[in-house]
Amino acid sequence: MAKSRSELGQIVTGVARDPLGLMGLIIVGTIVFCAIFAYWIVPFDPVSMNIKDRLQGPSWTHLLGTDQLGRDTFSRVIAGGQVALQVALPAVFGAMAIGLTLGMIAGYGPKWLDNLLMLLFDTIRSFPTVMFALAVVALVGPSLQTVVFVVMATSIPTYGRVARTQTLTLRNSEFILAERSMGASMKRILGVHMLPNIVGVLAVLAAMDIPTVIALEAGLSFLGLGVKPPTPSWGALLKDGYSLIRQTPWLVVGGGLPIILATLGFTFLGESLRDVVDPKLRKQR
Amino acid sequence: MLLYATRRFGLALLILIVAVTVMFLMIRAVPGDPVQIMLGPRATPELQARLTAELALDQPIWKQLLIFYGNLMQGDLGIDVFSGRSVTAIVFEQLPHTLALIFASILWSALLGIGLGAYAAAHPNTLIDRIAAALSVSFVAAPAFVVALLSLLIFAVHLQWFPAIGAGEGFWGRFDHLVLPAFAIGLSWVGYIARLVRASMLEVMGESHIRTARAFGIHERRVVMVYALRIAILPVVTVIGVGMGFLLSSAVFAEIVFARPGLGKLVIDSITTRNYPIVMGSVLISTGLFVVSTAMADLINAWLDPRARTAA
Repeated sequence: MAKSRSELGQIVTGVARDPLGLMGLIIVGTIVFCAIFAYWIVPFDPVSMNIKDRLQGPSWTHLLGTDQLGRDTFSRVIAGGQVALQVALPAVFGAMAIGLTLGMIAGYGPKWLDNLLMLLFDTIRSFPTVMFALAVVALVGPSLQTVVFVVMATSIPTYGRVARTQTLTLRNSEFILAERSMGASMKRILGVHMLPNIVGVLAVLAAMDIPTVIALEAGLSFLGLGVKPPTPSWGALLKDGYSLIRQTPWLVVGGGLPIILATLGFTFLGESLRDVVDPKLRKQR
Repeated sequence: MLLYATRRFGLALLILIVAVTVMFLMIRAVPGDPVQIMLGPRATPELQARLTAELALDQPIWKQLLIFYGNLMQGDLGIDVFSGRSVTAIVFEQLPHTLALIFASILWSALLGIGLGAYAAAHPNTLIDRIAAALSVSFVAAPAFVVALLSLLIFAVHLQWFPAIGAGEGFWGRFDHLVLPAFAIGLSWVGYIARLVRASMLEVMGESHIRTARAFGIHERRVVMVYALRIAILPVVTVIGVGMGFLLSSAVFAEIVFARPGLGKLVIDSITTRNYPIVMGSVLISTGLFVVSTAMADLINAWLDPRARTAA
């Protein structure tokens, strides 16, 4: 990726200048910070039980109270952020990398291959995401890897389509024609000249995709089909909170607010990033 | 138009065939004997052999696929492992509940979203426009099942304004039970539709036929409400059609949270009891629904806007 340091700096400054972008940056920064340093931040072990102190309300010891097994909700929220990012980041980047490759092949390769790949993309997109996820979970069983796989499988077509459109547009542009007439290899044209022009757009798409992924992981865990207990996931918190909704509201609040905050943060960041990186996209969506 | 419609439905059919085949192969690719999974570890060998023959599992894979398609053509999606009833009947029993929820959600969110978007576009850069913009981004960000849980907590458990579980009896009972789930599913769409309508409205307002209408001295309200809005809501049609998949996904969660009958609850219950035929049948039918609704949205779009016919 040929983005120079100053260019990256420009993008960050551009995002920070936009109030919504700045807010997104702060929220996302906080979540990432908490996820990285979760081990040092949590006041209690997020999975250790203490039946004596179960179902307590918020206090100075337990900022968000405790759950039915006496586990500290605040610690579980912080640790849950780690799980959310552990699923979201590999899934999104994996989908982006595969989608990018397939999309560029579809856009630059022979027509029959293009048609085949597009049919494949359209087919995958024709499954409603959650239904597809449920079918896969039903077949191979719930786990963190299953969630990552489902997310990758369902979002590859989106990246692939965008990468293909970009490739098709670039293919006939003058600088590519010039390269080709000078005898540049296909590897060089795709890797050196097209890739940097496509990656930016896909990165914006990825930033806006992360909240969807976080919500899907939380959703599956809420249904009891995502990460296995006692792993502290925001969705698992909501699952516990749902069954105890008449006893304590703090589990639902503790599990729900971080999801909403994370979605807000990444959405703000993504939108702001889009305006800075490529103002033209704003009209397309 | 006819040519376009034929081609579009041809594509939809092709996609469906590929999707069904993928689904079928996925089931077969899973390690383990499906008969054993269905019957459990304590089944007798005779029973296993009988079910294997009944499900044609002893045939080569291409023959199984053909049999599967043959049954599918006759609307036969297999038999429920536990009750022995037809999967198609069970799924279609639950489908109306889910469809009612989806339509209620999209109805209120489209009405409010279009109104909000049109108002914002007619008064650009005012305080209300800004507030609407900020609200729409925040609404879009809220995942439906989190909204569902929080609204359950606030409006059903805490304030007790609405019932917490079930689908209700009679018209008002049903309506009462529909409010919170429909609210949860529709909330993110309000913001999305409002943004969409605002953007397309601003574009339409700059066009010459609006200028002409104004020049004729037609009242501003009429210009906005009749001449501009009619064109500006076109993208909403496509978005709703394409959004069926998302709506369906949200409905799954809403049904679980509010313990409503429906496709989502059926699937989740079937997963916990390992009732694979029901899971697969529901996924297939919902996929079919999604493919058809996407094709319909494209067709409506092509009918309203002739330019779209050649674009595809």
